[in-house]
Amino acid sequence: MYRYTDFDAGFVAERNCQFRAQVERRIDGSLTEDEFKPLRLMNGLYLQLHAYMLRVAIPYGTLNSGQMRQLAYIAERWDKGYGHFTTRQNIQFNWPELRDVPDILDALAEVEMHAIQTSGNTIRNVTADHFAGAAADEVADPRPVAELIRQWSTDHPEFQFLPRKFKVAVTGSPEDRAVTAAHDIGLRIVETAEGGIAYRVLVGGGLGRTPMIGKVLHDALPEADLLPYLEAVVSVWNLLGRRDNKYKSRIKITVHEHGIDEIRRLVEERFAETRTAFTGIDQEMLAAIRSQFAPPAFEQASTGAFEAAYERDPVFRAWADANLAAHRAPGYAIAQISLKAHGETPGDASAAQMRVMADIAERFGHDELRISHEQNVVLPHLRKDDLPEIHAILREHRLATANIGKISDIIACPGMDYCALATARSIPIAQEIATRFDALKTEADIGDLKIKISGCINACGHHHVGHIGILGLDRAGVENYQITLGGDQGPDATLGSRTGPGFSADEIVPAIERIVDAYLDLREDRNETFLETYRRLGMAPFKAALYDKAEEARANAA
Amino acid sequence: MPRAFTPKVVTGNALLEGDVIYLTEADGWSRDLAEAEVLDDEAVAQLRLLDAQSRPGEVVGAYLADVSPGANGPEPTHFREDFRRTGPSNYSHGKQEQRSGTEFS
Repeated sequence: MYRYTDFDAGFVAERNCQFRAQVERRIDGSLTEDEFKPLRLMNGLYLQLHAYMLRVAIPYGTLNSGQMRQLAYIAERWDKGYGHFTTRQNIQFNWPELRDVPDILDALAEVEMHAIQTSGNTIRNVTADHFAGAAADEVADPRPVAELIRQWSTDHPEFQFLPRKFKVAVTGSPEDRAVTAAHDIGLRIVETAEGGIAYRVLVGGGLGRTPMIGKVLHDALPEADLLPYLEAVVSVWNLLGRRDNKYKSRIKITVHEHGIDEIRRLVEERFAETRTAFTGIDQEMLAAIRSQFAPPAFEQASTGAFEAAYERDPVFRAWADANLAAHRAPGYAIAQISLKAHGETPGDASAAQMRVMADIAERFGHDELRISHEQNVVLPHLRKDDLPEIHAILREHRLATANIGKISDIIACPGMDYCALATARSIPIAQEIATRFDALKTEADIGDLKIKISGCINACGHHHVGHIGILGLDRAGVENYQITLGGDQGPDATLGSRTGPGFSADEIVPAIERIVDAYLDLREDRNETFLETYRRLGMAPFKAALYDKAEEARANAA
Repeated sequence: MPRAFTPKVVTGNALLEGDVIYLTEADGWSRDLAEAEVLDDEAVAQLRLLDAQSRPGEVVGAYLADVSPGANGPEPTHFREDFRRTGPSNYSHGKQEQRSGTEFS
């Protein structure tokens, strides 16, 4: 893992000191809210519906046990005993008080964490594949370059007041677990014909009001050119981006309005200038960073205990089937800890649960944890023979739900329960869907199905790329939920299509059940997933199931 | 024709805690909507809002929210204000927690 240098530590300490003085000046009246707001946002502090919210960066979703324990401590000392992990691999504390925030930031700095650039019109926390450095299918670990981009973009003088926020994601795997096509810039590490690596650069992806899939700006950018090229892209957008209308300010609109070929021409032109300013020091820094991400020393591990438990214990087997992924080293596995126990708030972990996960990482997992963009926690390096014991510990703490990728593994934004921007609630809908399908005992039969819920058009819940997407809106003062079908977040990312009129809060869960029932009737066999069935048959049969039966029910009621 | 003025309360978030607060007739702030001053006159409502906005050391983002008269004081007319009044759905935190425990200040 990357360890702060003295420069990093000094930078964060100085920034916290500045913010402490700014908070004091706000409280004593020297600063107005208008003056203070941009300063607090630069330090990740929002004012939401019921309280302040502090968003803490977890760069590329990587944590060690000490950092996780410190998050638990913060949750208990200054919040209400829990934290909320987000789709950008951050953690949010929903209840801090203003005067405590400088102390919280100091506590974060003790473990090399901060909240810088988790808000504001700047380059946000860089995200990455949550299986980085562990996945069997990986071309290269994306975290070193994500860390390099973080260092380059932090307090970058040209990019502190961009037209809007700017999000970068990096994947080192062809499976693209970082949803790169839905980011302002998505970087995909690819192998070159010579056996080296290069970057496929996607630009102009994003969800929200105008959802768009990123377009390929460069197919195979040499590694040495990456930072000057990124600098050229952001620089071009900084000049062209629409500052007159915040709904048209993201780079996806710039790319759409000017066309990808014109953007490429302008980037190349700017790149010719920026390239000369990069002396190669960035490559030296990348080499130094890369050495800090060296993989742990994997042993020749046996798997006998794992296999015996797998044969003997159906509960363990169900968990292993759903929550484990293939590791690059023989005898090892990647485990996903679901933060989606049926009926719980997606992405929330209590302080006690955070400590349990930290303990497991320290004792069994080379001291590494990851946060996934799907709001779960990942233990990337576990010996298979330790998994039965790990599973038993997780079960004790309600962390062993075997539902990764299943219907109850729902991404849900905070919605109107917490977010000042939301137009409807997300969390109770997610809770109700999970509870319903758990009660029906059909989750395992349904198989892979991703439901994603947003409580407003900004799409923090990624509903556009959900196999089933749900968007909560305000229709004449009543919560109303629109459904999209067929979205996909993978390497060939696809936006879902809207089914038709939305449903009330009371109607949405039965509506989802009708869609799922239709899938179970329509699939060719148990191996055909929901998405495959939808792609084979299209919208029509699902739409019929959704609306015809609703009409029938209304007619019967009348 | 201009839309008829409907009853309102002045609300916002407390500077230090971030809690939802309501302006009272006695010029104080309450965490309880039932104690809020109901404003039936548009001119008075605008003045009360200006009063609130001139107290930036106490409140952030003051605005007028619609209410309707109820048996126990004003009731929200929109679900957003109802959630602001009660707290989040998923935990007994915020207003619910305060109701079950400590008194409002």
